[in-house]
Amino acid sequence: MAAKKEVGEGKFSIKKMGVYLFLISGSLVSLFPFYYMFVMATRLNREINQVPPPFTPGRHLVENFQKVTSNIDFFGAMWNSLYVSTTITIGTLFLCSLAGYTFAKLEFKGKNVLFVMILVTMMVPPQLGLIPQYYIITTLGWLNDFKALIIPGLINAFGIFWMRQYIKDGVPFEIIEAARIDGCSNFRIYWNIVVPMTLPAFATLGIIVFMHVWNDFLWPLVVLRDPSMHTLQVALRALNDARQMDYGMIMSGTFWATVPLLVVFLLFNRLFIQSLSEGAVKS
Amino acid sequence: METTKKTKRLTEKKRTALSAYLFISPFFILFAIFGLFPMIFSFYLSFFRWDGLNPMTYVGFKNFEFIFNDPVFFSSIKNTFIIGIMGTLPQIIVAILIAFALNSQLIRFRNTFRTFIFLPYITSIVAVAIIFGVVFNNQPFGFANYFLSLFDIAPIRWDAEYWPVKIAIATMVFWRWVGYNTIIFLAGMQSIPKELYEAAKMDGATLSQQIRLITLPMLKPITMFVVFTATIGSFQLFTEPLIFLGRNLREEGITMVAYLWRDAFVYNSFGTASAAAIVLFLIIITLTAINLFITNRIGRSKKIS
Repeated sequence: MAAKKEVGEGKFSIKKMGVYLFLISGSLVSLFPFYYMFVMATRLNREINQVPPPFTPGRHLVENFQKVTSNIDFFGAMWNSLYVSTTITIGTLFLCSLAGYTFAKLEFKGKNVLFVMILVTMMVPPQLGLIPQYYIITTLGWLNDFKALIIPGLINAFGIFWMRQYIKDGVPFEIIEAARIDGCSNFRIYWNIVVPMTLPAFATLGIIVFMHVWNDFLWPLVVLRDPSMHTLQVALRALNDARQMDYGMIMSGTFWATVPLLVVFLLFNRLFIQSLSEGAVKS
Repeated sequence: METTKKTKRLTEKKRTALSAYLFISPFFILFAIFGLFPMIFSFYLSFFRWDGLNPMTYVGFKNFEFIFNDPVFFSSIKNTFIIGIMGTLPQIIVAILIAFALNSQLIRFRNTFRTFIFLPYITSIVAVAIIFGVVFNNQPFGFANYFLSLFDIAPIRWDAEYWPVKIAIATMVFWRWVGYNTIIFLAGMQSIPKELYEAAKMDGATLSQQIRLITLPMLKPITMFVVFTATIGSFQLFTEPLIFLGRNLREEGITMVAYLWRDAFVYNSFGTASAAAIVLFLIIITLTAINLFITNRIGRSKKIS
């Protein structure tokens, strides 16, 4: 990047100092709660209850985590979260890209009306149907069953919209026509041509969906009552509601539940940020 | 020969249409079952008394009467608005400022700062609420109270007093979302063509003129988007109050979704909960309409000028 000189650019300008100071204090506000969480995850409850509270890490990291695992099935919950998030992400990517391809490249009656209908569904607040949804799940016998999360979780109007935009611009008509003349079926065109050509869009949407499902709370709380079926978020809430308030333990659970996503984020942070901002700017 | 070719093309067209319907059918089938039907059923349910187990009994408008006579319901509406504004408005202003700083040509380590600022968004809302639950602890050892004690302010009961509850919850919302919106504003700023600034500079525009006359107007569509999602998001506020206040959800901090959740899943009163859901729905629809109206007007006025 050939940086153009801007107003106030100099080696020791006050403006520059101001911008740095602003960004550094912003970063500190962002990072401090993470640090504070870590500090408390390493401290015993009685240390935390002192005034002033501790601001440096202690030596009880392992001990606190052992208390967590004796209260909730931490690794079970993590596995549940991983299973549900992965399944929904894969399913959503498949259904959304297939529908997106259909709206972008296939001709059929009622195409525009149906597409607008999909967009309209995005406007509906999901809480409106919460109680009947719960009723449906009970009727189907899916309470305490991951199906209750996975099947409704496959509905993703935004994903269809997103995939359609990408496929529309990303796959030239000539290639599709050529494949059709060679006798490829519509699904074959999707599978052999469209999917390989739009993999970046898959990565982007995949990240958005995975994060969303991983962090989802209200719906899992409603349909997963059995502790052995809890996802990580619901399990954390159970930990937080435990009768005796052991902050060291609670923070330890929260800390270890946050670390995996944090690591993944730091490894792929450019892709992450790009994905999420693209997702917003496009729509 | 002509006709066979024509029929063949027709069948192919038909076949394409058929597979098209097949490919998009999962969405519509799933949405019909888990989206549309529940929505309609919500309206139906709001006229019945139902505890989730026994048969439903028709009660007319009793459910609506009940919630409109419940002061807590009004508190929940008020809280939702107040916390929504407290969490959103400062957040958007700060997000624009940070985005502007990040977009400045003066700084280095832009990506590092961007990553730091964005980090809170990665954390789940449950985790955020738990962490801030300790920060806003009632006891003197809670971080917020300790900090205030440095200025000789007595400990505040954060989860039980009118404004402190709202401040605590709004802070959680602010902290988690400010980075996300920063990134969106930043993306918007970076999509503004550089030539505009160069032309303005050649015409002798100052930095503040550039911000006022180029950056902010060009950011209008993004700002609309952010305001829109933030508004919808505030009305779905649930996790923060539930984790922070526990399942009894004190009146000072209960939100609309929390109210309907508690009615349904703590008190087993699905009828009144559905009535609350309908009221929530009407409020959101109204706000969306207002939002679209404003967006349209701004879009039109731009076209005229």
